[in-house]
Amino acid sequence: MSKIKSLEELRKLREEVQTRMKLRENSDKSEDLVRIKVAMATCGIASGARETMRVLIEQLDQQGVDAVVTQTGCMGYCYAEPTVEVTLPGKEPIVFGEVKEERAREIIDKYVVNQELIDGIIPVNHQSI
Amino acid sequence: MTDYRMNILVCGGTGCRSSEGATLHDELVSLLADKGLEKEIQVVSTGCFGFCEKGPVVKILPDNTFYVQVQAADAREIIEEHIIKGRKVDHLLYVAPETGKKVSDSKHMDFYKKQVRIALRNCGFINPENVDEYVARDGYAALATCLGEMTPEQVIKEIKKSGLRGRGGAGFPTGTKWELTSKSIADQKYVVCNADEGDPGAFMDRSILEGDPHSVIEAMAICGYCIGADKGLVYIRAEYPLAIKRLKIALEQARNYGLLGENILNTGFNFEIDLRYGAGAFVCGEETALIHSMEGKRGEPTFKPPFPAEKGYLGKPTNVNNVETYANIPSIINKGAKWFSSIGTEKSKGTKVFALAGKINNVGLIEVPMGTTLREVIYDIGGGIKNGKEFKAVQTGGPSGGCLTKNFLDTPIDYESLTEAGSMMGSGGMIVMDEDDCMVSIAKFYLEFTLDESCGKCNPCRIGNKRLWEILDKISKGNGTKEDLNRLKLLSNVVKDSSLCGLGQTSPNPILSTMDNFWDEYLAHVEDKRCPAGQCKAMMQYVIDPVKCTGCTLCSRICPVAAIEGERKKPHEIDPVKCIKCGACMEKCKFEAISVA
Repeated sequence: MSKIKSLEELRKLREEVQTRMKLRENSDKSEDLVRIKVAMATCGIASGARETMRVLIEQLDQQGVDAVVTQTGCMGYCYAEPTVEVTLPGKEPIVFGEVKEERAREIIDKYVVNQELIDGIIPVNHQSI
Repeated sequence: MTDYRMNILVCGGTGCRSSEGATLHDELVSLLADKGLEKEIQVVSTGCFGFCEKGPVVKILPDNTFYVQVQAADAREIIEEHIIKGRKVDHLLYVAPETGKKVSDSKHMDFYKKQVRIALRNCGFINPENVDEYVARDGYAALATCLGEMTPEQVIKEIKKSGLRGRGGAGFPTGTKWELTSKSIADQKYVVCNADEGDPGAFMDRSILEGDPHSVIEAMAICGYCIGADKGLVYIRAEYPLAIKRLKIALEQARNYGLLGENILNTGFNFEIDLRYGAGAFVCGEETALIHSMEGKRGEPTFKPPFPAEKGYLGKPTNVNNVETYANIPSIINKGAKWFSSIGTEKSKGTKVFALAGKINNVGLIEVPMGTTLREVIYDIGGGIKNGKEFKAVQTGGPSGGCLTKNFLDTPIDYESLTEAGSMMGSGGMIVMDEDDCMVSIAKFYLEFTLDESCGKCNPCRIGNKRLWEILDKISKGNGTKEDLNRLKLLSNVVKDSSLCGLGQTSPNPILSTMDNFWDEYLAHVEDKRCPAGQCKAMMQYVIDPVKCTGCTLCSRICPVAAIEGERKKPHEIDPVKCIKCGACMEKCKFEAISVA
């Protein structure tokens, strides 16, 4: 631990440590952020949902998007696992199916960043309350 | 790079730790390591979440899942179900008492909805043993702003403008206090933090020191800059070991970062903080007694003036503030006096932390904007009275305060309104009583406390309180007369008017306020020799209903003093002279034939 010698250095340290606390800050104001749920029931995990989640988090980070990524149980679309539900602030949630690494990147780069729709959208037949 | 995808926050406050919270934390850490998830999931030991009623508390982020009464044995289920499979552990979720429904996340809990957290902003959010997490939450930015961009006068002006008043109880304007000390001329001045929290059932200051010690350290340094002091002292009771430990760690980390010590942030400002331990005497919360105790003298108060601002610790100008007062300072500097003064009422700005205790559903620590009503605190945040009983009174201000009845439930919480209602703000203890509480006993309980804690220096407090207690004792034993009630009132006022310090000047308040609000109950004790709440044992009489009694002899066999007689299969009788009112017979009777008259 070296000494902080100026306001500038304190600011630098703050920025550095803030990234580590981002998850907590974001959870506090989750309504205003991009929310992504990754289905992680047995079917999801078996089809590689864990890897999908890792890629999503990594990609969000690279794009500098503040988001909350959580796991959820089976959404019922076991034929299309891994499935991911994305909710942009103020929009209806959209569920994407068969989200492997490639599509995960696409979701972030195209839908989340530019709000362009992409392939793989599953017509939603349920409503979360 | 976001290091972790999930956080498990485990409450590390004294309350939760005493019910196995520390073991739970270690268990979670070791299970995560077993599963190879230690790089993805972070376990954080935080300060108090405030929801002490249901501790140990665990919060999972980012989904804000709030688990209550979590045992170490539940750790495996949390990891395997929630963390790995994303399924919430149903039986650990909080059940809302009003609806009986499970609440999936903390954002939907009534307990948190009405709270505004300034002093507690980091409690239950950061790891208090990690200075970096404090820095990430704008920690020490206020100190840097003050040292680098503001003159001491400007800082004092800002604090004055914010309207912040002392949170220890008396409500003296903080900025004015700082200004007074800054104007005293001396070669050495001191900044003192009063962490001698003594009200029964109160733990606001302890929780702040346990959950966010750096906020107090930062504020003390700012105060030092303003008044021209390079030395700070925290007077803390030795019975707060966890708070002391965390404070020591925090001091060490601040020193290592150069945020304490010499030439802080290269501005030429020096500031150092030491700890002084108190032995837990209530009177040492009074600032002059506190200063004497720190000097190694008897913890006895002296007459003011001179005020500590002129002549305090070692005869030098000293600024004494309470823990919670300090905890507000960094936010005021960072967000501005205007922001702070926009919260609260006309004369009481900002928020106040309360420790909810007694017959209330959600026992715990809360922070609400000034002006919130007692009803909102007790019913909306506190979840109402335990076991569906009737609300009777709420005690605020500890042994110096008073009891307020349901007529006062809509009183807004601020310094003036509470005083007007016959109680006081105090340091933030709030004890709720239900229909089963006897107000004479309550007054006696508080007086017993002040009697114990009186330092004995002045006669009115030492002897007067003793006499007051004797009169109350007489009344509660059924031997009181109406004359005693007059004497009680008269003597209470004498003790109030003639005692040396705040302890004696306020100790009769619980008597006076209960007499004002529950006069009928006092009358019942002296005139009818009856305790309406059924608490005063001496006045109780256990009787057997001859119609319901089957003569089973169970009660006479169980009675420890052989006070019950009767033939088999014939109604029994209790001898009131022999009876010690233990209630064993009533508890055991299978026919509900025994009752209290």
